[in-house]
Amino acid sequence: MNNLLVLPLIIPIITAVVLVFLKDHIVLQRIISFITMLFVTVLSFILLNIVQTEGILRLDFSGWLPPFGILFVADSFAMILVLTASVVTTICLLYAFSTIGNRHEKMFFYPFVLFLIAGVNGSFLTGDIFNLFVCFEVMLLASYVLIALGGEKRQLRESLKYVLINVVASWMFLVALAFLYGTVKTLNMAHIAVRVAEAGQDPLLTTVSILFLIVFSLKAGLLLFFWLPGSYSVPPTVVQALFAALLTKVGIYALIRTFTLMFPLQQDVTHTIIGIMAGVTIIAGCMGALSGRDIYTIATYNVIIGVGFILIGLAVGTETAMTGAIYYLIHDMLAKALLFLLVGMMFYITGESVVKKMSGLIKNYPIFGWIFFIVMLALAGIPPLSGFVGKVLIGQGAIEAGSYILLALGFASSIIVLYSLLRIFLASFFGETTISLEDSKPIPKGAYWSFILFTISIVFVGMGAESLAVYVKDAAETLMNPSIYIDAILKG
Amino acid sequence: MESLMMILIGILVAVATYLVLSRNMIRIILGTALLSHAVHLLILTVGGLKKGDVPLLSQSEGPFTDALPQALILTAIVISFATTAFLLVLAYRTYKTNGSDDLQELRGMPDE
Amino acid sequence: MKINDVILRTVVKGVIFIILTLGVYLFFSGHNAPGGGFIGGLVLGSGLVLLYITYDLETVHKKMPFDFKKVAGLGVLLATGSAIGSIFFDAPFLSQTDTYFTFPILGEKHLTTVTVFEAGVALTVIGTLVTIILSISEDE
Repeated sequence: MNNLLVLPLIIPIITAVVLVFLKDHIVLQRIISFITMLFVTVLSFILLNIVQTEGILRLDFSGWLPPFGILFVADSFAMILVLTASVVTTICLLYAFSTIGNRHEKMFFYPFVLFLIAGVNGSFLTGDIFNLFVCFEVMLLASYVLIALGGEKRQLRESLKYVLINVVASWMFLVALAFLYGTVKTLNMAHIAVRVAEAGQDPLLTTVSILFLIVFSLKAGLLLFFWLPGSYSVPPTVVQALFAALLTKVGIYALIRTFTLMFPLQQDVTHTIIGIMAGVTIIAGCMGALSGRDIYTIATYNVIIGVGFILIGLAVGTETAMTGAIYYLIHDMLAKALLFLLVGMMFYITGESVVKKMSGLIKNYPIFGWIFFIVMLALAGIPPLSGFVGKVLIGQGAIEAGSYILLALGFASSIIVLYSLLRIFLASFFGETTISLEDSKPIPKGAYWSFILFTISIVFVGMGAESLAVYVKDAAETLMNPSIYIDAILKG
Repeated sequence: MESLMMILIGILVAVATYLVLSRNMIRIILGTALLSHAVHLLILTVGGLKKGDVPLLSQSEGPFTDALPQALILTAIVISFATTAFLLVLAYRTYKTNGSDDLQELRGMPDE
Repeated sequence: MKINDVILRTVVKGVIFIILTLGVYLFFSGHNAPGGGFIGGLVLGSGLVLLYITYDLETVHKKMPFDFKKVAGLGVLLATGSAIGSIFFDAPFLSQTDTYFTFPILGEKHLTTVTVFEAGVALTVIGTLVTIILSISEDE
């Protein structure tokens, strides 16, 4: 029992509600939400270290022992993601302070960001699959509000589609849950793993697992990403960055958990399907990124490429590849958030979103330009930045397992990512300036700070990969040997 | 009884699918509401219809009926209540600002 | 716009008390019988919505000057508060407790902390329900 575990979920919720009462005190709202996220970040770092020394932690809600009650489980994988998500949210809040505008702040923007992070953290931490559904819904409801907040024509139109697709996806989640409960009669993830192993994962269970695959693919944007470009391009920049960093990653987390812990036995069926889906996702994402003419389209298709690349790690399924996938997941959350913030700032400065209509930004905003350059290199996977370690390890794993097609696709996608972003960089940052120095809008200080902090963390993940290795290795080991996870929950 | 319930669920899903695939916003929302009803029934049926007694230890010797599906359904009902309510408000707002409740007209232009 | 519907107004004047009492009854009976915070809250909330329909917004607001968003917030605070309270007693999160108390007039009564949690649920349901209805009807 360790009550600290529930705090990353419950503290944002409580503060969010307190902020509802402080509707008109915007400065107070900013301070409180920032302190909360800082606290959650520190707390999750402490928890991550406790997990290293004491092994997997669990908290049985109101003392109901597993497999009967709901529980929260912290293993290294979950805690790494909680930590990264909290860091991303904290830095994004800094950006929001200076850019989101009074109107949003009065419309409960900060409470909903906190609800979103509560849902995300809950999804990472829960050890019960129905609870995962509930946390998903908390996160999704917050995201529905955030995407529609502002109430512009385009926003409402796209958010309606986003909500409808997610309602249908949640429905399929429930269908999969119903059949799962009907066959194995339990909802505790570790207990499901035991029951599935006892039954030997027959075709019925494999079908159920594929149903889960469809549901989580819809959330993660794996192959079923048709909803993503539309809905990610309408909300304010900060919300875009949060969505790109967090929402799809929760889907990826659920996929990895499902297919390493609960249904790992029919790998030639499930993992082959995941591999094919990841490959097609990468190809489609590359096409989108190449054909995109405006910065938003290019950035959203880069999210899709990232999703495909991480899931190569899962499809390959060796321990090296899994380590790489975790590294890449951390990198992707940080770098995609930064990319979206930068792209949003380009739109803010120029009022244009088409690449060709911008030019020479680097003359007026040198730091801004070079930060864009750094994030481009990081996304392409150039050492010593954060994308490199993940890419190398996933590639190494793919060679070990002999999946050369996925390997080729993955590394070809890096070139496409580089090309698509380089195109923005060359066209929009270099060349003649269209705005004179006097006319240029200054970039708000808070925004600069968030860029710099993100850049520092990207460089840190790349350069300090060695110091992260302890945590990531442990996470990958737990993922590859589900018995560690199961024993921690059912025995003890 | 189970097969009867399954047929009922099938009919509900069929009707809901028809509604969701239509172009009118209100029909789609009604369709999603029906979908959630269907899945609640599915959880109830697949989890096992009432076979034993109420699961209170002091009141009977057993066998007991599994109470968990009902707890799941209650949670799912609350969530679908929240989502449907939000969806209705959102649809109303969208109708007000965009001036149409026809999804065909809400596709949006790629170059706007 | 004021609707002058005599029949509705007369009926509501009597019926509203029955609805609200039923809501409270359902809320308290939830401890050992069907009912509870969610259902009680729904009934109470629909009673309030009925009031809003019968009389207009301003009249009801004059007598009940609540911001229902804050009512929902208060509900969530109560529920999470009762859940998190257990942490301070070194019990697992969400633990609830109950005892028998003897009151001067009422006699021995069964008191639980679950009631606080359920009250939170009820307030949240009332708050969201009324907020949703009001947010649609307010912009005419």
